[in-house]
Amino acid sequence: MRAPAPAYAADLNGETIEAATRALGDMLLRSQDRVGEVALYVAREQLVPAMIALRDTPGLEYQQLMEIAGVDYPDREERFECVYCLLSLTRNHRIQVRVNTDEEKPVPSVTGIWPVAGWLEREVYDMYGVLFEGNPDLRRILTDYGFRGYPQRKDFPLTGYVELRYSEEAKRVVYEPVQLAQDFRTFDFMSPWEGAEYILPGDEKAKLPEAKGAPSPVTADQIQKADAAKSPEAKAKQPKTTESPAQTGAGKADPDNKPEEKPKDPDVVPTPGKGQNQ
Amino acid sequence: MADESLIHHPAPPFNSDGDRYVEQLLGQEDAADPTTGDVTIQNYTINFGPQHPAAHGVLRLVLELDGEIIDRVDPHVGLLHRGTEKLIEYKTYAQALPYMDRLDYVSPLCMEHSFVLAVEKLLDLEVPLRAQYLRVLFAELTRISNHMLNLGSHIMDVGAMTPNLWLFEIREDCLNFFERVSGARMHSNYFRVGGVHQDAPLKLLADIGDWVDTRLPRLFEDAISLVADNRIFKQRNVDIAIVSREDAIRWGFSGPMIRAAGIPWDLRKSQPYDVYDRMDFEVPVGTRGDCYDRFMVRVEEVRQSARIIKQCLAQMPEGPVITLDRKVAPPKRGEMKQSMEALIHHFKLFTEGYHVPAGEVYVATESPKGEFGIYMVADGSNKPYRCKIRPTAFSHLQAMDFMSRGHMLADTTAILGAIDIVFGECDR
Repeated sequence: MRAPAPAYAADLNGETIEAATRALGDMLLRSQDRVGEVALYVAREQLVPAMIALRDTPGLEYQQLMEIAGVDYPDREERFECVYCLLSLTRNHRIQVRVNTDEEKPVPSVTGIWPVAGWLEREVYDMYGVLFEGNPDLRRILTDYGFRGYPQRKDFPLTGYVELRYSEEAKRVVYEPVQLAQDFRTFDFMSPWEGAEYILPGDEKAKLPEAKGAPSPVTADQIQKADAAKSPEAKAKQPKTTESPAQTGAGKADPDNKPEEKPKDPDVVPTPGKGQNQ
Repeated sequence: MADESLIHHPAPPFNSDGDRYVEQLLGQEDAADPTTGDVTIQNYTINFGPQHPAAHGVLRLVLELDGEIIDRVDPHVGLLHRGTEKLIEYKTYAQALPYMDRLDYVSPLCMEHSFVLAVEKLLDLEVPLRAQYLRVLFAELTRISNHMLNLGSHIMDVGAMTPNLWLFEIREDCLNFFERVSGARMHSNYFRVGGVHQDAPLKLLADIGDWVDTRLPRLFEDAISLVADNRIFKQRNVDIAIVSREDAIRWGFSGPMIRAAGIPWDLRKSQPYDVYDRMDFEVPVGTRGDCYDRFMVRVEEVRQSARIIKQCLAQMPEGPVITLDRKVAPPKRGEMKQSMEALIHHFKLFTEGYHVPAGEVYVATESPKGEFGIYMVADGSNKPYRCKIRPTAFSHLQAMDFMSRGHMLADTTAILGAIDIVFGECDR
């Protein structure tokens, strides 16, 4: 490896996979050694005994659970992947243990082995909606009180659904649907020469079965009908502003507060009124 | 005792249903039998934060107290959640880097360090030696500035004012160095995938060398001499929140927290990245695992960081400061004016960015607060498919419950101060 990444005992990768295969048996679905990191795919139902074996078997000794990362792969049958990053302090080695699940099937909790998993599992639950069976305190952790939805899922929009602001009228924080002054700009960097598989608007017409003979031109009657059936115009969005007191609800200016009644400052020399260059 | 409803006076034995009271007492043990004049106090719950000067940010603690003894702590985090991980999925790798500064805004360069190392590992990219030295140099300066803030505020949390002001002098010096090398005091955005953004001027390196030799030890040792042997400081910290080795491992501790518990574990030593394997430094370890040990481990780390900085300055070779692979690092401005290829590379890198080969890595570095990791899933495109950030504070704050159980309410601030939490990183 040429990159100056943290150099743990990566030469142990091979023997780690061998030892894990022996220790886990059927519980291990498959293993991989990619980019210098070992990943073990473990059967979901067998996660807890597999973790205990990984912690206690001599030659594996993964004492610490550092992280549980959720990943969403919407194309897969079981779309979520929970990645448990384990660290061995004695062997100076790291592995990832991966488990697949979906929205409904619960993953056995490892809080009994590592209490630190409590919050880590809460976070995966909060972000992806993955359920952990046996976690004594499976509440949301990072999102707002009363939040709905699972923000890290790939089908959750980046902007979210609601935004909040302090309302002067209601004298409290109010939630409103997200309204953005400008659309979120995403650019597609796939090159059309390198096999971009996206559909441009109008591409669906190419798929229609060809009618027999040449297509007849549209009659004037059809054009009139098409013009009449206009698509409803998009409602002009009113941008949110807080410029006038009426919009913020902050109340009116005091009628007695007139500029000429302000006390005169003796240090200020009044200008002749012809602009500052006079 | 403000709330009368929380206090239950036992029914006096001479009132109208006094007989019933005597019946209740029959067969009861002494402890369950309050004598006249005793006051039974129910546990009550108080709220600490989210805006509290000792909470080091927006932390809300729901404390269940038995008198002044803590029964249970339920930290509520997430008040600073900004969706960094989600945002990074919509940004190219170069655009995602500044988000790292905003995680732990007290030690921004160490956050960048994990990110660039993760991307470099996926790219299998070689980094010039001078860049590695510069990254280690500024990561250690960041460690000093982070510890200055933490030590100072920890001292202030337990009641001393002066050292904090002195330590902030040092932190200010560090921030000035960051400004001179990157243009920004806090959100430096200095590290790059493949190296660092710009070379450090010779005068700056000379000034850092002078500072490490003279000003830093003078100010730092002066300030620490006020508290390290101070009786009040020891009363507030020694034997507070003792964590055993087993607990430290089970609760996923890292950094000064695991070292104070007596485990000599430092990723800079055990899993060296960049040029840490060429550095000669020692790893301080605590003996009791209490708040005082955590404090003293950090104090010693500052001295060791100064040693590393001196070695970096002495050994740093000449050479490029960012990889010359033009598919990753943009060319210099001057080159762009002359060469067509440079112009094309510049345009491609600042619009599309570089594509990272598919793969998953978990890269963790020793940030001043502990193990800061990035679990990066790349799918071969120019944006990360998933960038999971492993904050240090998450596991430490979770242990707050068992660490403060049985201690007094006033010890919470000492425990929090010794954990060293920044919410930008905890909540992401």
